[in-house]
Amino acid sequence: MKDALNMKIESMTLTGTGIPSGKAGVWCFLASEITVFGGLIGSYLVVRLGSGGWPEASAHLSFSLALFNTLVLLTSSMTMVLAFDAVEKGDSKKLRTFLFLTILLGLVFLGVKAFEYAGKLAHGFTPGAGVFWSFYYGMTGLHALHVLAGVIVNIILFMEALGNALKPNEHRVELAGLYWHFVDIVWIFLFPLLYLT
Amino acid sequence: MSNILGDVTQGTHPEKKGFWRTYVFSTDHKVIAKQYLALSLFWAVLGGFTAYLIRWQLAHPETAAPGAGWIPEPFMYEGVVPPEFYNVLITMHGTIMVFFVAMPLLLAVFGNYLIPLMIGARDMAFPRLNMLSVWVFALASLVLLISLFVPGGAASAGWTGYPPLSARAIYTGVNWGMNLWIVAIALEFAAFLMGGINFLTTTLNMRAPGMTLFRLPLIVWMQITAGVVFMLSVGPLIAGAVMLLLDRVIGTTFYVPEGGGQPLLWQHLFWFFGHPEVYVILLPALGIILEILPVFSRKPIFGYRPIIYSTIVAGILSFIVWAHHQYVSGIDPRLAMPFSITTILISVPFALIVFAMIATLWKGSISFPTPMLFALGTLGVFLIGGLTGIFVGSAPVDIYFHDTYFVVAHFHYTLFSAVFFGGFAGLYFWFPKMFGRMMNETLGKIHFVLTFILFNTTFFPMFFLGVGGMMRRIANPMQYEFLQPLQPINVFITGSANLLLISQGIFAINFFWSLFRGRIAGPNPWQANTLEWSTSSPPPHENFHKIPTVYRGPYEYSSPETAEDWLPQNQLGLEEVKK
Repeated sequence: MKDALNMKIESMTLTGTGIPSGKAGVWCFLASEITVFGGLIGSYLVVRLGSGGWPEASAHLSFSLALFNTLVLLTSSMTMVLAFDAVEKGDSKKLRTFLFLTILLGLVFLGVKAFEYAGKLAHGFTPGAGVFWSFYYGMTGLHALHVLAGVIVNIILFMEALGNALKPNEHRVELAGLYWHFVDIVWIFLFPLLYLT
Repeated sequence: MSNILGDVTQGTHPEKKGFWRTYVFSTDHKVIAKQYLALSLFWAVLGGFTAYLIRWQLAHPETAAPGAGWIPEPFMYEGVVPPEFYNVLITMHGTIMVFFVAMPLLLAVFGNYLIPLMIGARDMAFPRLNMLSVWVFALASLVLLISLFVPGGAASAGWTGYPPLSARAIYTGVNWGMNLWIVAIALEFAAFLMGGINFLTTTLNMRAPGMTLFRLPLIVWMQITAGVVFMLSVGPLIAGAVMLLLDRVIGTTFYVPEGGGQPLLWQHLFWFFGHPEVYVILLPALGIILEILPVFSRKPIFGYRPIIYSTIVAGILSFIVWAHHQYVSGIDPRLAMPFSITTILISVPFALIVFAMIATLWKGSISFPTPMLFALGTLGVFLIGGLTGIFVGSAPVDIYFHDTYFVVAHFHYTLFSAVFFGGFAGLYFWFPKMFGRMMNETLGKIHFVLTFILFNTTFFPMFFLGVGGMMRRIANPMQYEFLQPLQPINVFITGSANLLLISQGIFAINFFWSLFRGRIAGPNPWQANTLEWSTSSPPPHENFHKIPTVYRGPYEYSSPETAEDWLPQNQLGLEEVKK
């Protein structure tokens, strides 16, 4: 306990940026994530612009399902912000509610995605059916894995919040929120690139 | 920076931890650095052995390599390297040396060990993430080792893994070897991403009182620039590696021309990372030299801030040179000119750093212990590598030199100098801090002289081979009539290379002998200024009894402020004491 106090006094004297380390770390992580999706989206654009006749395959995608999913994900970003707001106000009941809603919406998104995949596969549009389908499954698949990771993080936070174990680490809700918004923004890019063109 | 609370701060007294938590599953950055050191030295031995087999095959094709008869079929046949195994050897040599020796040694070992000590922190910002990093790297090492022994053989598409050769198992017959190679590389990237995030956050947030950004030792600047360059360049290759793995495992057609894919896409994604990667390796090595030169010249560094600005400019420029690897790959010829220009441009900041190094030596009182010899050796050897880089970076010359031994000679002059000369310089210099004992000077000097001479006799003739037209990655040069007159050069190179490899044994002996029998070093054997020398050797858990307060920059040697010729960063000068 005495050590912890000393460390605290020490940390006040350190020279730093004023940004909490956890937040700085998450921002660095997101910067590198941007380049991962940037590479993927850039490759898609290059292959698409460089090919003589781009396959009409994107017409087979369901615009309405994707639009629904977009709304689901946008709403989940809102509930994530409300969860963070509840942390700021010290309202643990609201925190649990909004974390639960965020998880639920994430799962709905993944469910719709799985339904979409199943339909496409049933019609013979496998990942090997052409370069458009390669990109479709590659980009949405990598994004879905990121959604899944976010859902798992939120579930961990939710479980901790249920047992009141989150108290000393409540800033983690904000960090999870940063990541969740990033995943949301990636989808905002994928939706028009794949479904609207 | 006031330090009102500094005086009430007492050293912390960590509770005793068991063997496993102290030496194996440790979150201490110093232990993690040593774990990385052990892994990278293991891989260096294996990488050196692949070099031996490659060189033997080139000089004496299809004869039994001495000492390799124990390697069973189907790898080798009583010591003879079959052509398909030759492809495995060159692939593994590149992969091991770049990803499993250079990066762990220069970034993970020196970055982990030095950053917290030099900025005056007790540990990294995320110690547990740091432990995860080394264990993910260990897992990557394990996967790469396993990939050597799976049915179908190990990856053999070159360390660059170009499709279409790498995109389908049926093209080469190599299935799981290549898949595991991709997984190993991906895990390695994950490990270094964790490291890079840690380096940057730690340097930004954990500096001791008074340690402003422009009082940081230059190696810290180099390490975090390298970390940022890595973090921002590796993403596209991670995406590219996922696409390659999907092509191989679930049959997508990203790189497969018959499915509408683009093999050239991989080259862009690979080199968008691959070229910044060479600066990721080079910058920490330059940082090591920049720490060593002022100490053994007893002079402040020349041009501290210009060096930092040059480093940042080089980091930015490194993102727009990648296509100079692709002049003969069918890219638009109009692209060759801008990439030639940026490539020549990037030599400007590095030239500035080299001139600053030379100016640091100017009129200093120079001494030549082993770390200084290796630092100067790095400089000399790297200069040849850098200058020949301008040759191969220019499209008209590169179209002739591409994929010849000229390129092999060029990148060994840059990478060998950075990784081994730079790495040895750092190890000889910080060994006393890491292990509390000095390394043997006589053995160190013999090691340097042999390495320096034999390195040059090994790699300089390769320039001639390249000009003579000898291609890279051929298993048997004697098959080509026009290369047969060059064969004596190959025999000479192999002789030199073998001696070069053997002479590294001197380092191994010195390392282990000094570990147990070396002279006790004391906290500051080189009389250096930076914070790591202000604590005991090796430093205690959590580094400092009391977090130091920093009053000045790191290179105040021969200052009028003090009676001695060095003035540590955390010590008040005569004038300041009077006040």
